[in-house]
Amino acid sequence: MLKCSGKCEVLAEDAKQKIREIIESFKDVKDPLIEILHKVQDYYGFLPYNVQAFIADEMNIPLSDIYGVVTFYARFTTEPVGKNRISVCLGTACYVKSSQALYDALKQKLKLTDDCMVTPDKKFSLDSARCVGACGLAPVIMINNDVYGKVTPAMLDDILAKYE
Amino acid sequence: MEKYTVEDLKNIKAQDEHLLTPDKDKKEYRILVCNGTGCTSSKSPLILKKFEEEIEKRGLTNVQVVKTGCFGLCALGPIVIVYPEGAFYSEFNIDNVERVIDEHIVGGNVCKDLLYGETIDGDNVKPFADTTFYGKQKRVVLRDCGVINPEKISEYILRDGYTALARCITNMKPEEVIDAIKDSGLRGRGGAGFPTFRKWEMVRAAVGDQKYVACNADEGDPGAFMDRSVLEGNPHCIIEAMAIAGYAVGANKGYVYIRAEYPIAVKRLQIAIEQAKEHGLLGDNILGTNFSFDLEIRLGAGAFVCGEETALMNSIAGLRGEPNVKPPFPANKGIFGCPTSLNNVETYANIPQIILNGADWFKSMGTEKSPGTKVFAVTGKINHVGLVEVPMGTTLREIIYDICGGIPNNKKFKAAQTGGPSGGCIPEEYLDLPIDFDTLSSIGCMMGSGGLIVMDETTCMVDMAKFFLEFTVDESCGKCVPCRIGNKRMLEILTKFTQGKATEEDIEKLDELAHFIGDASLCGLGKCAPNPVLSTLKSFRNEYENHIKGICDAKVCKALKKYQINKDVCKGCSSCARSCPVGCISGEIKSPFEIDSTKCIKCGTCFDKCKFGAIEII
Repeated sequence: MLKCSGKCEVLAEDAKQKIREIIESFKDVKDPLIEILHKVQDYYGFLPYNVQAFIADEMNIPLSDIYGVVTFYARFTTEPVGKNRISVCLGTACYVKSSQALYDALKQKLKLTDDCMVTPDKKFSLDSARCVGACGLAPVIMINNDVYGKVTPAMLDDILAKYE
Repeated sequence: MEKYTVEDLKNIKAQDEHLLTPDKDKKEYRILVCNGTGCTSSKSPLILKKFEEEIEKRGLTNVQVVKTGCFGLCALGPIVIVYPEGAFYSEFNIDNVERVIDEHIVGGNVCKDLLYGETIDGDNVKPFADTTFYGKQKRVVLRDCGVINPEKISEYILRDGYTALARCITNMKPEEVIDAIKDSGLRGRGGAGFPTFRKWEMVRAAVGDQKYVACNADEGDPGAFMDRSVLEGNPHCIIEAMAIAGYAVGANKGYVYIRAEYPIAVKRLQIAIEQAKEHGLLGDNILGTNFSFDLEIRLGAGAFVCGEETALMNSIAGLRGEPNVKPPFPANKGIFGCPTSLNNVETYANIPQIILNGADWFKSMGTEKSPGTKVFAVTGKINHVGLVEVPMGTTLREIIYDICGGIPNNKKFKAAQTGGPSGGCIPEEYLDLPIDFDTLSSIGCMMGSGGLIVMDETTCMVDMAKFFLEFTVDESCGKCVPCRIGNKRMLEILTKFTQGKATEEDIEKLDELAHFIGDASLCGLGKCAPNPVLSTLKSFRNEYENHIKGICDAKVCKALKKYQINKDVCKGCSSCARSCPVGCISGEIKSPFEIDSTKCIKCGTCFDKCKFGAIEII
């Protein structure tokens, strides 16, 4: 069963207003659901149940369809992410340069488990990226929008310290 | 905003063409700063800004500072090129901006110590086009990448931009455009090599009032980034090509489906579309003719299967990106159920030049059945990681050893992987095989989008096959059983190999399953998913057999390796113990240290840290 938070919380009025505006801005576009979900996630950070339900009502689309789309695409998340989002690239170019070791070391350092990839203080979350297209700098990790290239496990402490 | 006519395009070119070729005697300079994704990660936008500020501060006129797309040699970024000399500054440090302006721009002397080593020839500066990396390349698709500012339509026009479109819609019938592409023999660069003209012809002949053209920019293969570079370096050529395709097939609307993971490419394409609309190169009555064409961007959301054409079209319609059974083919029933012609970015990038230079010119490059060039993103264990465009039929040896400078640390070549998770690996015996669509499929590989990942003796082929299968299992949409369940089972068997728990029987099982999945899956993703397994089984069967015996030749598979400290070599400096993320190394300073193998996570940090080579992998 996939997790989906936000089932019980009521969506704040200002969030509703903002989401309405996003939907309104696509009124001339044919079948814009995915574009709208991108914009809403950019604004809200993630797509919990209550946000999906609100979009369903506003757009007059069954919630099941929206849930189907949200859970199909890797970029949409129904769970909150940490303040600093760490993505280790596990694309092929990075993988052959041992990026898996970086992922394992980060998981160990931040004491994360497969069930919970966010630190208790919500400061960091860890995930893997398919390919950020900076293959020339492999192996690469990305923290928020900063790309770090040619990373070794030994460099991780110094990099993480910048976000403490 | 002024709408261009065909005359305007000619006038702009005639008036401003000199901007591209600065004249040293007039103290004219053109400074190109790479702002592709690779160089942007190493802070090249700051270098660009600093150049602009310093040039303005000094009140220098006749100096252009130009933001460009990728130059291709990503391993040596950030890169700055200064014309007229063509001085190629690599691994450029922002602190050197003022020095380059003072010595080179103002003083007229190239800062030789900052140049890419290969461009220095005694006292002279060699044009970078003559270096081994660029010398053997033939840039058609990447012709304008790293040459023009992708955010200025005028620069594209100086390079004959939109003249191919003008020629098509003013002088040619749609059928003639299709014939021109047919004569050129252009085949789709997205992977399978399907003749481009045939798709166009089918859509042209299809019944329907509304038709669409679409561009597949969902470059999902990890390690492939040529489409991204084209969109970042020259987005206008895709707009022009799609308009030409629209004219040829009878469509008035196009969609570009692009990965959300490529923010820079999306932004530049958006800017380019806006500019094209402002100048009447998109929209109603293009260049004053009866032809109207509009373009819209649709973002992907991180699903590899959306590179498959029917899945892509479902995703454009805002649905789950699951593939459909074919037929009906997209040429009859595509986006929103209308006839649709879908081509890949690199395919489109060839179109304007085929129209301008003719089919014979195009056929003069490449092989008989695969004319033209192919862009490869060469990554992995290779000295010059980057984008390389070569004529079809170039051998792997030329690409890897001549152009890309071979494998670092004199390691031995083991295999090259093409076609990403859908492709196969090419072992050493085929290094001299001329690469084109047909030769690759004859050895069980595929061209794919052009990712070329080089692996050396330190890569474990079983682990690699497992890596690709993890990818496809993760990305399988789940619609059909062979792909959803079969690949999962195959992954479990491969995991047994990497843990040293496999038996002889498992090799046969893998082989059998692989064939079933390939035959029975619904779409290309499932059909090609077993390729990495089949090709490694064929060329590196001995590695599978060794894993059964508990040996990983490349010392990659964690369960089969162990780190230990050679007591005779260890100096007791404690550097390994201090860097160990789990604190499993202990000992007294100046006497040999020891690794507690029960706690060791085998991350290899100690191995990298030790200056004396005392850490051994067994």
